[in-house]
Amino acid sequence: MSVFLKYREWVLAAIIALMVTCISLYAPAFGTLDNATGVLNDTAFLFMMALAQMVVILTRGIDLSVAANLALTGMLTGIFNEIFPDLPAFVYVAVALTLGGGLGLINGTLIAWLRIPPIVVTLGTLAIFRGMIVVIGGGSQVNTSDMSASFVGFPKLGFLGLSSVFWIAAIVALLAWFFLSLTRAGRGLYAVGGNPVAARYCGISLPFQQVLAYAISGAVAGMSGYLWVARYGVAYVEIASGYELTVIAACVIGGVSIGGGVGTVAGTLLGALFVGVIVNALPVMQVSPFWQMLISGAVILTAVIINARAEGRGLKLILPEARRAAAQAKR
Amino acid sequence: MMHDTPSTPSRYTVEDRAPRKLSSFLLRWESILVMMLAAVIIGNTLKSPYFLDPFNLADATYNFSEKAIMALVMALLILVREIDLSVAAILAVSSLAIGFMGDAGYGTIALVLTGLAVGTVCGAFNGFLVTRSGVPSIVITIGTMSLYRGITQVSLGDQALSTFPQSYLDLGQTYFIDWPPVPLSFFIFLLLACVFGVFLHKTAIGRQLFAIGANPVAARFSGIRVDRIRFALFTVSGLLAGLGAVLLTARIGVMRPNIGLGWELDIITMVILGGVAISGGVGTIGGVVLAVFVLGLSTFGLALMNVPGIVINVLLGLLLIISIAAPIVIRMITGKR
Repeated sequence: MSVFLKYREWVLAAIIALMVTCISLYAPAFGTLDNATGVLNDTAFLFMMALAQMVVILTRGIDLSVAANLALTGMLTGIFNEIFPDLPAFVYVAVALTLGGGLGLINGTLIAWLRIPPIVVTLGTLAIFRGMIVVIGGGSQVNTSDMSASFVGFPKLGFLGLSSVFWIAAIVALLAWFFLSLTRAGRGLYAVGGNPVAARYCGISLPFQQVLAYAISGAVAGMSGYLWVARYGVAYVEIASGYELTVIAACVIGGVSIGGGVGTVAGTLLGALFVGVIVNALPVMQVSPFWQMLISGAVILTAVIINARAEGRGLKLILPEARRAAAQAKR
Repeated sequence: MMHDTPSTPSRYTVEDRAPRKLSSFLLRWESILVMMLAAVIIGNTLKSPYFLDPFNLADATYNFSEKAIMALVMALLILVREIDLSVAAILAVSSLAIGFMGDAGYGTIALVLTGLAVGTVCGAFNGFLVTRSGVPSIVITIGTMSLYRGITQVSLGDQALSTFPQSYLDLGQTYFIDWPPVPLSFFIFLLLACVFGVFLHKTAIGRQLFAIGANPVAARFSGIRVDRIRFALFTVSGLLAGLGAVLLTARIGVMRPNIGLGWELDIITMVILGGVAISGGVGTIGGVVLAVFVLGLSTFGLALMNVPGIVINVLLGLLLIISIAAPIVIRMITGKR
């Protein structure tokens, strides 16, 4: 069992591989390189958003406002593009990162400074962000015809058959890995989530870590907003409605503990890939897309219950002597 | 600094209850809600002559009664540190069952019982998973939310069910009491609010809920059957979601897979605005009922002023955050912790 725990990402990877093999045997079109790149391109948003959500969940928080942030920032960037067309694409990315990060900062400030529970704050800002799209945009859409070539063109750029959205997700993943494993602030996220009191005694500031986490979550959501709007060519109120729960589901499947302090970049990416494979396999297998929700629900439940079983319900045995004794008693 | 042990017992005075001060009474959450409610009613009455019309008010209750019924049990769940994100999905499954039974030509009583039974079963399944797996209920109910909503999507796709006997539709579309006009859903909400209020604040099990919310482990060691209570609460949550389905389906007369989509967040907003602490152990049914009225009447008033629904959502979101943040800021400024 300890092998499973240590290499749970390998198990998830094996399950995904098995799934892909079975689907490919059933529907050969799924097993092609073309389709593989399609799945990766399609899941790119989920990769990024799930990683950002993991950063928040590590601190024992939750960010329900990510999808609303994505939609609002997407709309704002679209309007920015109407006012300042034909700027280089990186300017739009920077604008989206800043706007989204700013919205995340609002969440972080309310949570860290006023100590309002994250679920309450982000539930409120979810409604506010979503509604602000109508207040600011006057209920109208921003369509492809309103967007400049550099704005729309960027997400469609490709390299090795994979879109720039995927490569951005890859960069986000690398940065996330570096940040979470090798920087003081990144390790601090695990510390405040694992044991807030101990973290406090170590001199790690909970408010700082929280503001950081929600700002990161907001910035990534904002950038995804620009990419989403540019890729699908439309910005309106309902974009990515309910997407926050898919994102959280990907984290949960990937082994991120809602109790904080537990989660890895690889696990989260695999969790997102798992969801992405299912979503993309259904049409290939000629299963009605209406099955998607039911399947992901069943998968989430199975994954978390298996995880809980593997982690065991007993107390953690820290001393090696106690662990040895427990192992002997089991025999 | 000296570390002298207390030599005289008079060093600490332990009183039976906190001293009654006007400021602490005014800063009580329920008092703030009453003031907010008064502001909403006065503001709306001044703004629109149609606000205080009994028939208008009765029709306004339709828009929040089903959610309010489900909020009562959500309050108890949040009080014991749990949450049920799947209530709206359970409502959809129950409504689906009602729709199928209606299509098959069954009568009103059969439809109502089916709705309640299906809701109860779904709720019990949540309770079973939460108590047996030890996984946080927020995770379990995100999963079952997908599962239940998925069942309705698989069963109906883009179709709808709309064959119901007239006597069933009357449950949601006529007044239960003709004067003053009271719809059935609102009547049931008031009745259940009394039941839940007495249960939570006047019975031993009600006190146990506070104990569980304050410290589940200590509650277990005190001999409270924590898991059994959790299971029961999730089951009741399903039952009331089934009741919500019975009333909502009768009111709108059609079952689509997206019925009640996103309601879980509205319901949780009601509970949180009602002063139930998300960290557990604190809250009153009176507060939740007041919050239901504050939210319901301000939505109605804004709609009378032709404010679009999504803008109302912005204002309600602001209301939620400001009303939670304001007392904290006040306490920060006055230096009380």
